[in-house]
Amino acid sequence: MRTLLLKSLFARPATIGPPDADDAALDELGGALAARGRRLLGRSLTIREVDAGSCNGCELEIHALNNSVYDIERFGLRFAASPRHADVLLVTGPVTHNMKVALERTYAATPDPKWVVAVGDCGCGCGVFEGSYAVAGAVDKVIPVDLHIRGCPPRPIDLLRGLIALVDKATANDEALHSAASR
Amino acid sequence: MMAVHTSVFAAWLAGFTPVGFHAPWQRFNVDAGEWTTVAKSLGEGAGDLLALWGEADAVHMAVRAPPADPCVISLAVAPALASPASPLPALHPHAGEGREAANGGGKGSGCFPSVGRFHPPAIRLERAIRDLYGHMPLNALDSRAWLDHGQWGLDAPLGARISRPRRDPADYEFQTVHGHGLHQIPVGPVHAGIIEPGHFRFTANGETVARLEERLGYVHKGVDALLTGAALAKAARIVARISGDSTVAFSFAFSLAVEAALGIEAPPRAAVLRGVMAELERVANHLGDIGAICNDAAFALIHAHCGIFRERVLAASDLAFGHRLMMDRIVPGGVACDIAADGGVAVLAALDEIAPRFDEIVALYDDTPSLQDRTCATGRVAGDLVKRWAAGGHVGRASGRDFDARRDLAYPPYRGLSFTVPLYTAGDVDARLRVRIDEVRSSIGMIRDWLADLPSGPLVAPLPQAAGPREGIAITEAFRGDALAWLRLDADGSVARCHLRDASWFQWPLLEAAIENNIVADFPLCNKSFNCSYSGHDL
Ligand code: SF4
Repeated sequence: MRTLLLKSLFARPATIGPPDADDAALDELGGALAARGRRLLGRSLTIREVDAGSCNGCELEIHALNNSVYDIERFGLRFAASPRHADVLLVTGPVTHNMKVALERTYAATPDPKWVVAVGDCGCGCGVFEGSYAVAGAVDKVIPVDLHIRGCPPRPIDLLRGLIALVDKATANDEALHSAASR
Repeated sequence: MMAVHTSVFAAWLAGFTPVGFHAPWQRFNVDAGEWTTVAKSLGEGAGDLLALWGEADAVHMAVRAPPADPCVISLAVAPALASPASPLPALHPHAGEGREAANGGGKGSGCFPSVGRFHPPAIRLERAIRDLYGHMPLNALDSRAWLDHGQWGLDAPLGARISRPRRDPADYEFQTVHGHGLHQIPVGPVHAGIIEPGHFRFTANGETVARLEERLGYVHKGVDALLTGAALAKAARIVARISGDSTVAFSFAFSLAVEAALGIEAPPRAAVLRGVMAELERVANHLGDIGAICNDAAFALIHAHCGIFRERVLAASDLAFGHRLMMDRIVPGGVACDIAADGGVAVLAALDEIAPRFDEIVALYDDTPSLQDRTCATGRVAGDLVKRWAAGGHVGRASGRDFDARRDLAYPPYRGLSFTVPLYTAGDVDARLRVRIDEVRSSIGMIRDWLADLPSGPLVAPLPQAAGPREGIAITEAFRGDALAWLRLDADGSVARCHLRDASWFQWPLLEAAIENNIVADFPLCNKSFNCSYSGHDL
């Protein structure tokens, strides 16, 4: 194991450079966050992922955000195990009727201020599952959504760019509040 | 009715007259008595149950009794009558006892003789048929709904469609476990990790799990209904999305079934490209799983490395085929696109980078007793259970079930290919991990060989117009086990009916057995070592 650790120590990092925030995401987030930054988040957001009916393709790519290549934690974003610890709900899938109540309860359990990101063509619309008796609808049919990240599934880099836009907007708002308070 | 024993089961089946245009294996219509004979024979180990599914006026089961080819057994069932005044009768363990004889065992009543009564692997499948079609398994052992959580606003959405008010989704009767000092731990449907939703009800004695009961169906998206009557192209897109991690394997199975129904074969170049994609998918998933299993044993280093390996494979797949998961790349008739000009080089370069580093990681696993202390002897599944459930993939092969669809039901490009199917007997987390390690290596070998010598030629065979309805069936080996697709095409080429069966159906129940007498804290480890699909199961 020691050789492996040493090798890793001297190897070039696997992590890619930081991508820019997604412009479309910045636009969508525009005014939405202005009223809600009520506490200091210190440029960090905690995410709770909720699969509300996905095919698991979106989960695979969300998982990838944690690997050394995308390393999402360097942007102040981390995944939490409980909605009670989360600022952001990252929701995938067309919301199935069988998951609707669980999603509503998860949303209710997330403390304010909170943001919801709908992920994937299914989370943003219903994808190929449109019109099924078993599908309640896109995520924004069930809970309010602040940001849509499309793709089937979205690439990790697109997820990252959207989330960076969110952290920029959400916490810039905080900084404004903070400087206003200290003035 | 007597059961038919192994040696004569195949011959007995061969005595029936097959229905027209079902390929490559045959389908037989049987009566209720013969249906029960098949169920009993399966229960006595005469063959494997591959799938059990319904349609508006029939139930079908796919069985395999080597050395004979697999076949489909069908029983006509009267569609349940739509009547808002009389919702489906509640099903009790012995509901319908005696009715079997009175009504001819299913005919004219929306009933069919239970298979699960003799062969437990069928129980959940029957519950699903009842939920979706309203056909009642007579004398079934478990009367509870499975996919239907009372949230659709209707009963039997593919059958009578009787409207019914929504009820509390938590209203579900878990089996009771009695004993001194037992406590329950409910988990889910929203789990702690980034995983799919499902509910696990543990009954624990101190730290030890006395019983686990799963409740699934949360991500049921109504796939069977969406596929019914869908145009072929649309159906193919849906099939590619029933379990994202197996998108290639399911598109592969669906395409093979369509091709079988239409009596064509994909051109050689397409067949080999399909193989390349299927093996890339296997390698990527196994790498992810190997890392995640070690991570659940708190060994993050292997997880970190495997995460990078997986990323390299996905990036190369993206370069070669234009999509990281290679979704929608396999289509009926062949493949949707050729491998990119520099795609082969990119894939080979990624494999060359990974292979030696993967060996180092495997050596690290072998040299870390503290890690093996967690994986060895944990989550054991007995060999007779995997045999009875015909559990595929690493779950079966880690417990001595020597089956791999690529070899045993060989389809192009695996036909005539010789490769070793890993086989272990310990049945524990370690064995399931080792199956994956061996398969990563063998898949890398296959991809290298294929890319070194890609046949030239067309990418897709034209789909002929069928004169009437045609049926096809196919099984491919997904990373987690055999993926089955069965379909009936209408003369206009649209899908009259299609059913897909993920390997998870026969693995989820065994997870309940695996965790028994293990500590609660080892559940993530056991669960990860199975890595069953929720979406592929719930459909
Ligand atoms: S957007 Fe695509 S990958 Fe994501 S859940 Fe839907 S079908 Fe699956």
